Order: sequence, then C-alpha cells, then structure tokens
Amino acid sequence: MILVVLISVLFFGGVLAWLSEGLDSKFPRIIALAAVLIDLLIMLTLLGIPEPTDSAWIISLNADWMPRFGISFHLALDGLSTLLLLLTGFLGVVAIGSAWNEITEKVGFFYFCLLWTLAGVVGVFTALDLFLFFFFWEVMLIPMYFIIAVWGHENKNYAAMKFFLFTQVTGMLMLVSILVLAYFHYVQFGWFSFDYLDLLNVNISNNIEMMVMLGFFVAFTTKLPSFPLHSWLPDAHSQAPTAGSVILAGILLKTGAYGLIRFAIPLFPEASMRFAPVAMTLAVISILYCAKVAFAQTDIKRLIAYTSISHMGFVLLGIYAWNEIALQGAIMTMLAHGLSAAALFMLAGGLQHRIHTRNMQDMGGFWAKVPRMSFVALFFSIAALGMPGLGNFVGEFLALLGAFQANITLTVLAAFGLIFASVYSLWVIQKVFHGEYKNTNFDDSGLDDLSRREMFYFGAMMLGLIWMGMYPQSFLDLSAATLNNLLSITEGVAASVVQTTL
Amino acid sequence: MTMTFDDLLPLMPMLIVTATAIIAMLMIGVKRSYLLTSAITITGLLLASVVAAAMLPFTNQQITPLFIIDHYSLFFTVVMCASAMFISILSFPYFFNLDDQKEEFYLLLVIATIGAIVMVSSNHFVSTLLGLETLSMSLYGMVAYPLHSKESAKYPLEASVKYLILSAVASGFIVFGMALVYAQTGTLSFTSLVTAASLTNSLGESYSIVALLMISAGMAFKLSLAPFHLWTPDVYEGSPLPATTYLATVGKAAMFVVFLRFIHITEALSFPSVVTVFSLIAVASILAGNLLALLQDNLKRILAYSSIAHMGYLMIAVIATYSSEGTISIEAVTFYLLAYVIMSLGGFGVASVISSSEKEFDSISDYRGLFWRNPWLASSFMAMLLSLAGIPLTIGFIGKFYIFLAGVESGLWVLLAVLVVGSGIGLYYYLRIIYRMLMPVDQSIQYRIAGIESISSYGVLAILVFLLLLFGIYPAPVMSLVADISAYI
Repeated sequence: MILVVLISVLFFGGVLAWLSEGLDSKFPRIIALAAVLIDLLIMLTLLGIPEPTDSAWIISLNADWMPRFGISFHLALDGLSTLLLLLTGFLGVVAIGSAWNEITEKVGFFYFCLLWTLAGVVGVFTALDLFLFFFFWEVMLIPMYFIIAVWGHENKNYAAMKFFLFTQVTGMLMLVSILVLAYFHYVQFGWFSFDYLDLLNVNISNNIEMMVMLGFFVAFTTKLPSFPLHSWLPDAHSQAPTAGSVILAGILLKTGAYGLIRFAIPLFPEASMRFAPVAMTLAVISILYCAKVAFAQTDIKRLIAYTSISHMGFVLLGIYAWNEIALQGAIMTMLAHGLSAAALFMLAGGLQHRIHTRNMQDMGGFWAKVPRMSFVALFFSIAALGMPGLGNFVGEFLALLGAFQANITLTVLAAFGLIFASVYSLWVIQKVFHGEYKNTNFDDSGLDDLSRREMFYFGAMMLGLIWMGMYPQSFLDLSAATLNNLLSITEGVAASVVQTTL
Repeated sequence: MTMTFDDLLPLMPMLIVTATAIIAMLMIGVKRSYLLTSAITITGLLLASVVAAAMLPFTNQQITPLFIIDHYSLFFTVVMCASAMFISILSFPYFFNLDDQKEEFYLLLVIATIGAIVMVSSNHFVSTLLGLETLSMSLYGMVAYPLHSKESAKYPLEASVKYLILSAVASGFIVFGMALVYAQTGTLSFTSLVTAASLTNSLGESYSIVALLMISAGMAFKLSLAPFHLWTPDVYEGSPLPATTYLATVGKAAMFVVFLRFIHITEALSFPSVVTVFSLIAVASILAGNLLALLQDNLKRILAYSSIAHMGYLMIAVIATYSSEGTISIEAVTFYLLAYVIMSLGGFGVASVISSSEKEFDSISDYRGLFWRNPWLASSFMAMLLSLAGIPLTIGFIGKFYIFLAGVESGLWVLLAVLVVGSGIGLYYYLRIIYRMLMPVDQSIQYRIAGIESISSYGVLAILVFLLLLFGIYPAPVMSLVADISAYI
C-alpha cells in the first residue's frame, strides 16, 4: 500500500500544484516541494523495515488489473529499488530547488510535469508486472517532453521531438518483446501472465530468445544511453531547462540501467551471456568515443551530456560483466553519477541563467568573480573524474574490478576512460574558471555567486558523494540481497554457457 | 417468411431510429424549428442506444435471413447510435448561425445511422448493400451540405461529387463480387467459400478469390485503405466538419464491422493469395497514411491520413484472425474500433467546438497557443492525439496493445515491424500539433465566441475524454465485454 501512496502523492500533488496556480503563482512550487518531501520521508522510513529472510522483496502489492490477460498491478520493493527511489526523491527535491527561481512562466504546469515525471520514475523502479512497467516507462516520457518543449531553450522543438521519438520507438520494440514473452508463457503454461516472477520461468529457444532480449536491450540502452543510440541526449540536455536536465541525467538515465539489471538479463540469461561481449564492446566504445567527443564541445551542457554517456558506459560494462562486484560497481556509479551529473548540470544551468550563454569560448576566469561557484564546480568535476574518496571512484573502480574477471581486454581499454575523464574535466575548469576574467561577449551584470539556497543544495550533494566515497558499505549492503537473488536466478545458465564456449 | 412480434422486438433500435427519421421529417414539414428537430434527433438516438444496450445481454437471434441481432451487432449498434448522437450534439452549435435551411442535416444524419445499424447487423449480401447505400446516399448529402461560406468546407461540391462517383464505382465492384459469390455458392447469405470451393460442381478456387478480392477492394475503398485512399483527404477537407466527423467515425466503423464479419464467415483468409493482398494493403496503408500526413498543414487532412494508417493497423488484426486459435484478434479489432471511434470523435469534436459553419479552424497554425488560452480544450485535444499515437493512460494504447498481441500470436513479424515504424512516424505529426498548442499565444487568431449553445459540445468532449482515460487506465470491464461479444461473430 505504501508504494501506491508514494506514487499517488506525486500524481495528485502534480494536479494540485497545477490547479493552485490560479490562486497564487508561488503555490505550485511549495506544493511540489511538499509532495516530494513527503515522498522522501516515506522512502526513508522504508529503510527501517527489516529485510525478510526468505525473499529479497521488502514489501509488495499485487492486485488484479486486467484479468483477461493476466495483467496485475504488481508493485514490489527490494534493496535495489530502495536505493534508486532514494536517489529519485533526493534529486526531485534538488530539481525543484533548481527550478525555484528559474521557472517564472506557466509555473503550475511546470511542477505538474515535474511531479508526473517523478511519479512515472517511481513506478518504473517498483513495477514487477511487465505491462505495468511499460506503462510507467511511457508515462514518464510525456511530461518530460513537455518540460523540454515548453521551457527549453532556442532549439527546443527539435530536441524534444528527438527525445520523444528515440525513446518511444525503441519502447515499442520492448512492448513487442514483452508480448512475445507473455505469449510464450501462454503457450507453455496455458494462461497469460505479465508478471515478472512468472515470466522468469519461461523457456524460449535460443534464436528467438536473442531477438526478444534485443528488444529490451535496445529500449534500455537508448535510455541509458549507450553508443550508437545516444544522439538524442546531448540535444535534450542542451535544450532542457535546468530542472529537466537534473531529472534527465540524474534519474531518467538510471531507469535504463535498472531495466537491464532487473529485466533484460534475468529474463534472458542465456542470450544475455552470449550477447555480453557485444554489449561490453558497446560500453567501451561509449566510454572512449563520448569522452573524445566531449572534449570537442564548446557548449558546456553538451559537454556534460557527453561525459554522462561516457560514465554510463561504465554502468553498462559492469552490468554485462554480471558478477557481484561489477554489479555493485554499476549501482554505485548510477548513484554517484546521479548526484555529480545533476550538480554539474545545475551549475551549467545556473551559469546560463546568469549570463545567457552556454558557449565556453566566451567564458574564462570566473574564479575571481564567483569563487563559491568555482569551488563547487571544481569539486564536482573532480568527483566526476573519479577521485578516490568520492562516490564515483568507488563505483567505477568496482565496475572495472568486476569486469576484469569477465573480459580483460575490454576492461583495460575501458580504464583509459578514467584518464580521458580527468583531461576533459580539468580542461573545463581551466577554460571557464581559471585564467584572466573575460566578459567580451555577454552581459555579466547578472553574474552573482551562488546564493545560500543553492549552496544548501550543492552542500547536500557534496555530502552525499563524500559519504558514498568514504563509507560505501552502507549502500553496498542495501543492494547485496537483491544482487544475490538476481545472480542465483542466472547461476545455472551462466555456468552452462561458459561450459559450451570453452 | 412471416414475421412475428418476437422478431420485431430485437429490431427495436433500428425501428426507433427509423421512427425518429419519420418524426423529424414530418416535424420539418409542419414547422421548421432547429432546436426541436435536433432535440428529436438526439432523443431518438439516445433512446435507440439505451434500448440496444439493455437488449445486449439476452438477445441472440437471426431475424429473417437478412439480419443477425447478436451481442456483437448490438454492441456496435450502441456505438453507432451513441456516436451519431454525439455528432448531432456537436453539430448543433456548428449550424446554429447558418442562414439557410439547416434542419435537413439531422434528417440525413439519422437516415445514415439507419444504414449503419443495418450494416452492423448484416450477414447477408442484400442487407449489406442496402445498409451501405443508405449510409452512402445520406453522406453525399451531408458532404455537400450548403454552407455559403468561403472559410469553411471550402469545396463541398467537389468533395461530394468525388465521393459520389468513386463510391458508386466501389459499390459496383462489391455488387459484381457478390454476383460471383452467388454463382459459386447459390446463396446471398455469408457462407464459407472454402466449403463451396471444395464441392465437386464448384467453379474452382480462383473464382472465389476473384470474388473476394472484388468485394474487398470495394470495401477497402469505403474504409480508405491504400491504394484506394485517394479520395479521403479531399473529401475530409471539403466537407462540413460534422459530415467529416460522421464519415470518419460511423461510416468507417460500420463498414469495418461488415468487413470483419464477411471475412470471418467466408473464411476468406484461408486463401493464401488473399492474405498476401491484405498484407500488402495493410503495409501500404500504414506507410502511405503516416508518411503523407507528415506533409500536411490542415488538421482535417492530417486526421484523414491518420485514419488511413489506423485502418492499416486494424488490417493487421484482421489478418491475424485466421491463424489465431482463440478470439484475441477479433477482440483486437473490436476494441481498436471502439478506441478509434472515441478518439476520432474527440479529435474532430475539438475542432467543432471552436469552429462554426461561418469559419472552420482547420489549419494547425490556428491551434497555436491554444493550451494557454483554453487549457481544458487543449488538454482534451492532447489526450485525443496522444491516444491516436498510442501513448499509455489512453484507450489508444490499450488498442495498440491488442493489435500487437494479435500480431505476436499469429507471428506476423513483418507487419508488426511496419506497425512500429508507422507509429514512430505517426508520433511526429501528432507531436507537431501538440507543440503548436504549447507555443506562445497568437493574438491574431480569434476563435468563435462560445455562446450558450456550445455548452453541450463541451459536455460531449468531457464524456469522450472521460471514456478515453477510463478505458485506458481501467479497461478490465470493457475487456471482458469485448471478449464476451467477440465469441458471437
């Protein structure tokens, strides 16, 4: 029941926020903040529930929805979902904070879209019925489309359309895959079911399994995104308003990784194991190629977007290595990248709000003018490049360590990504914040240092990253039970595949 | 054959609509009153749909060889009467200020509805043809309804003549096909052509195939399936908005029900060549409809091309009926037709609300900034468009889910791939309209000032949006209803 509350607070909070605009334009943001805070509090209480010993599911809810096709309203929560829900709640608050003064037009509708996106994400992280999962997967798209299309920058129509088309079309491939899976369940067991736990028992012959798995893989790696389906992300990010970028980079990308861990591999273990080398190669290409492309950008938001793709490559690498260490690494990278990328996008958005440009060639020497902002930027850049002691390092290190057991060559290549990351991160710092101050091409009258409110958000995110870096065990413990469960599902299969390939 | 009172009872919905037409006609003869005529029409149609709905659970009867009144036909009788009623309500403010005789429009609409009811209850060639011609004849009049305004229904005569000539040719094809079937089977009732072809004195299989393809070509014309779709955008654009709405919803759905019954009973799909032709028609419709819609700036034309694509999607489910074991693909057709009627009514309904017989707002640039001017109206429109695009929370998504499921069950992989591509292209033009509505307000566009007469139109839209969301979020009751009635076809 508590999961339904989580989702409905956001749904109804969104409607309320929209309606309240008629009374006062300050109400929507307050209502939105309240709704997300309530959710965050509920999520924190979830941590207190003792873990059951017999299964990995902490709580679950199962009700009939469309009995004709065995579709149920099945929500459940395990350690992995809890971690990602906490990330969602936390970044939800941060996103509202970043929009607090930036969004001045059509405020009510903005917070409506924001909360509905979050509601969709919460649904994605908790749904265990594949139809329901797909339902939420699509539901989070539309409000996100509106956020980019209405409050975006100069080229918003193109960016929003591209975002929507990429995710929707690949989503339809996933729908076909889900239906094939459900149909095979019907053939084998005599009744339709879309339930994850039922579908785990379905056996599909090798070639069809590969095709069906690819439907999921394409949908999830579009969202992740991974090379070669990544091209929507830089456009979406550079055009989206700051809060949109925060949600997109911090949470939406993680739904792709979550889908791979929860669905794509456990449902199709054999096909996934056979496909793993390809997936890991794509991951390495993402890491290296997008790091290189990031270096060539002049638009600061596009640069951060490409670095995001590069970092998500480590996640993909870790997931397809499919052992506990690598998966822990992937999950840690998801969490840490969620915070660091969101913070960097907030900084870029803050800069754009102040000086109305994203072109780094016009910028330089900002340290003298805005020291606090520069420090924050330095901190998060260093976090992103993987400095030991911060969360990203733990994640990427574990991902590489785990991947090393699976594929040595690719792991060695991927490790170069860490070096590239230092290059482009420090290059940005040097270009924008160091050197002599120049303001030739823009009006710097609005260039103020970070306000207290902004410092508060950034401070909280810094603390989060330091915590992850210094004491990652608290996060690893939460997801351990889930991962053991997932690994046990695929255990027998993995061994047999290894046997045949040897 | 004598008819008893027991036979008349199941025909009640049809009789009520016929009585409505007669009363409305006499009424016009006695005293011309726009309000009264429309009230009679709306009441009659409402009554017919309520009666049909009440009869649905316990009526299953063949009335003379001409009509089959079963759960399936009664379900669609309800849909036809309710849609016709909604269109009557929507057209009330549209014609309100027309400075000419406007009562006859309702008369034509009711007569067309009789044709539609006959079609959905038909399993005999004679009733099919009678229903089809009754519907088409009335539609010619509705399409050409004189508006005397350059800013609405720009080419009513062109549209009407085009529709008349092409439609007559299509009817000719159908009649010729029927004659060929009769030569083969010796009966005008729908019967299996497979059994007929296997008889020793039969004329041979190729004879049946030619007959089937001729009838299908004629029906495909009425359904505007590619490559028989060329009339659609012109007729949609040229006619008055209520006539377009009627043609797009009742006209298409009634035809599709007969088509489905005909294909199902004659077992047409057991001939491989028919399956090939149907598959080609489906692919051509999906691609042509979606690609050509990309080039349009006129809302009516966009919806015309999008309806071509939607008919193509439905064809996939029709093709799936043959190889599937259960009734899932028939359920898919049924549900998708219901969804299609609701979303098309809603889409045209929004245009009707801001348009009138003096000026129609049918260019998509007219919708610029609508979301900020009239958020409820624009939200309804968005819901309809997203439903047409098959996005969750709406009935269109469940409909598409059904079609995908039917396709997966029958293993129609190529058609499903085309469906994915087509839906992807389709998103683009639906989003284009949505994006227009989100753009900043353009003050130069002056919509009609909605008077008291428009209130009921808003009510209709509200009902349609409610149904769209209800069936999209909690479709279980409709699903079981559809599963129940689909067993009867």
